Amino acid sequence: MSGSIADPRLAAPRQAPRRPIRLSWSDGRLRNIVWQILVLAGFAVVLWYLVGNTRMNLAARHIATGFGFLDSTSGMPIGESLVPYTPGQSTYGRALLAGILNTLKVAVIGVVLATVLGTLIGIARLSPNWLLSRMSAIYVEFLRDIPLLLQLLFWYVLLQGLPAPKNALHLGSAVFLYNGGIQLVQLVWEPAHTAALAALAVGIAGSVLVARRARRQQDQTGIRPRTWPVTLGLLAGLPLVAWLAFGAPLALQYPVQGRFNLQGGGIITTQYLALLTGLVIYTASYIAEIVRSGIQAVPHGQWEAAQALGLHRAKTLRLVVLPQALRVIVPPMTSQYLNLTKNSSLAVAIGYQDVVSVASTTLNQTGQAIEGIAIIMAVYLSISLSISLFMNWYNARIALVER
Amino acid sequence: MTRLSLLPAAGLLLLAAAGTAHADGSGSATLDAVRARGQLVCGVEGSTPGFSIPDSQGVYRGLDVDLCKAVAAVTLGDSSKVKYVPLTSTNRFTALQAAEIDVLIRETTWTMGREASLGALFAGINFYDGTGFIVKVALGVKSAKELDGASVCVQPGTSTELAIADYFRQAKLKFTPILIDNYPELQAAFISGRCDVLSNDSSALATFRATQAKPADFMLLPEIISKEPLGPMVRKGDDKWFDIIRWTYFAQLIAEEHGLTSATIDAAMTSQEPEVRRFLGLEGDLGKALGVDAKWAYNAIKQVGNAAEIWDRNMTPLGVPRGINALWNKGGLMYAPPMR
Repeated sequence: MSGSIADPRLAAPRQAPRRPIRLSWSDGRLRNIVWQILVLAGFAVVLWYLVGNTRMNLAARHIATGFGFLDSTSGMPIGESLVPYTPGQSTYGRALLAGILNTLKVAVIGVVLATVLGTLIGIARLSPNWLLSRMSAIYVEFLRDIPLLLQLLFWYVLLQGLPAPKNALHLGSAVFLYNGGIQLVQLVWEPAHTAALAALAVGIAGSVLVARRARRQQDQTGIRPRTWPVTLGLLAGLPLVAWLAFGAPLALQYPVQGRFNLQGGGIITTQYLALLTGLVIYTASYIAEIVRSGIQAVPHGQWEAAQALGLHRAKTLRLVVLPQALRVIVPPMTSQYLNLTKNSSLAVAIGYQDVVSVASTTLNQTGQAIEGIAIIMAVYLSISLSISLFMNWYNARIALVER
Repeated sequence: MTRLSLLPAAGLLLLAAAGTAHADGSGSATLDAVRARGQLVCGVEGSTPGFSIPDSQGVYRGLDVDLCKAVAAVTLGDSSKVKYVPLTSTNRFTALQAAEIDVLIRETTWTMGREASLGALFAGINFYDGTGFIVKVALGVKSAKELDGASVCVQPGTSTELAIADYFRQAKLKFTPILIDNYPELQAAFISGRCDVLSNDSSALATFRATQAKPADFMLLPEIISKEPLGPMVRKGDDKWFDIIRWTYFAQLIAEEHGLTSATIDAAMTSQEPEVRRFLGLEGDLGKALGVDAKWAYNAIKQVGNAAEIWDRNMTPLGVPRGINALWNKGGLMYAPPMR
């Protein structure tokens, strides 16, 4: 791109000479302004009409409005919630919060798993291994062609076919698999564990600093200092010390057979598992194609150059090809993340209580349809904008810096 | 496949786009719309035997369906001019609010909260029900008090959902709700053992049990934990339409009271009993006051039958006893004000 003697980007930007706007239809700038005002005015009129008409219709039909219902007590039961929630005591606001967290729980973990699975399949599709590449191709072609809702119902029905709690498949007394989900042995949480977690955070920050210093040293001297003993100490030693300092509690809560279900321990419910599996497997098929196209967008000469330098295939991929491919991969990947998040609203079909499910029950119980739909839209908009912002930031960071 | 909650959103758009109702002609915007269309649009459940379900020929049958038919007979003179719109428990009210349907007859419980905040009115009670539980006999449970820790299958957005939450809280028992909007899928989840208990109005549970291959494998628990009066619902602000729905239903009760059936009503045309004569439109102008044809009640009974016939047609084959749904003078709660 650059390299000419006088880089035009360094010079002052060239502009047409400024002149005042003439009050004439032949003046392009005036035309622009008039059209924009007209479009805006048209939009405002339509909006004004819709809002006014809605208000009139609501009043005529005696439908209560406002967000006051968020503070009133909600009687709806919620199956799984990350925040304490008691039907009949907690508010609709709290119920919606539980729904939003359930949506985030599936979206965040889904995005991570879909990325990992999709990248692996995308790379496998380019593998010289015939079987591997064909299997990946079949995966992609099959799964992205089947509607997601069908896939979700398939996984849900499949998981419902697991044995009842009484005959749960189990690994010792720690892991139980049955039609309600996976019930696991759970650590009884104590302050010591919080401390260990905090220590781990400190350790991660510390090892990042150590790695940075090592890299600077390598840049200057060409010799990379040995960092792994320090990193290991920071990542494993520090949390261990913190845990020991608090008395090393290790109480485990095992699931036990109750009269109906297994009681105690942590549970990953069937609904969640079905939704997560369906979303991850479906989205991964798209991500695999994005990764494959990204890798193929890197000129073949780059592979050959890396081979000429003596890098083996894995290193070529990791150090030469993927960093360049990422520039092509990231923008469409953002769309896939947004899709996954929004597709999680299909949870309604299989009884997972995400924000849409909770909000539609709320609007049904309270009659506040407009507010309920507005909340759903606001939640998805916030989540989507956050993902977009993060991905745009990441995209800008990895963009090839042209000099 | 589950109908997703797109309907509320679509309903909102309609609510925003619909012109304001203005009355001319009969004085009821809904009645005018029904007449102009030549068809009544009736919101029903569509998958509960006894209330509303299509038979093997695709013809809707049930208690709720017969009320829809009676309203069509009263307003249009022809009980077959009905379009049935199956609705889920979560999208039913929006469909009514947004005028996608003329009347909602969908096993909907009359509660204060609904009438006060939904912009809708209940025009009567066509079925007195109560929330109950059904379990598999193999579970060995004899009473709802033994259900601590059980997972309960229930439809979201129903009054059942609220009733069981109240019941378990009061009894200090824990339960895990399994919430699925689509009723057939919910039943499948219960049969597959995904949940231990299925909760719904006890009439619906009785029909569920009756329609299973081996009804003896299932057992209704003795507790009826709430009052669930089910009835037709109309939008607020159209009082004349409200009157029509309400009196169509009362006409079914009054006909039963006077022994008028679809078979005997023609013979009753010679009756000298004043209320029967008013009922048949031979005396007075009650039909005109209601804004419909003078022979409105005759049409409803001739074409659809009285309350007892409707019950015998829809509920008796399922083995549901009439109980409190009998007429007031036969030990039940069904009572219609006089027609004069």
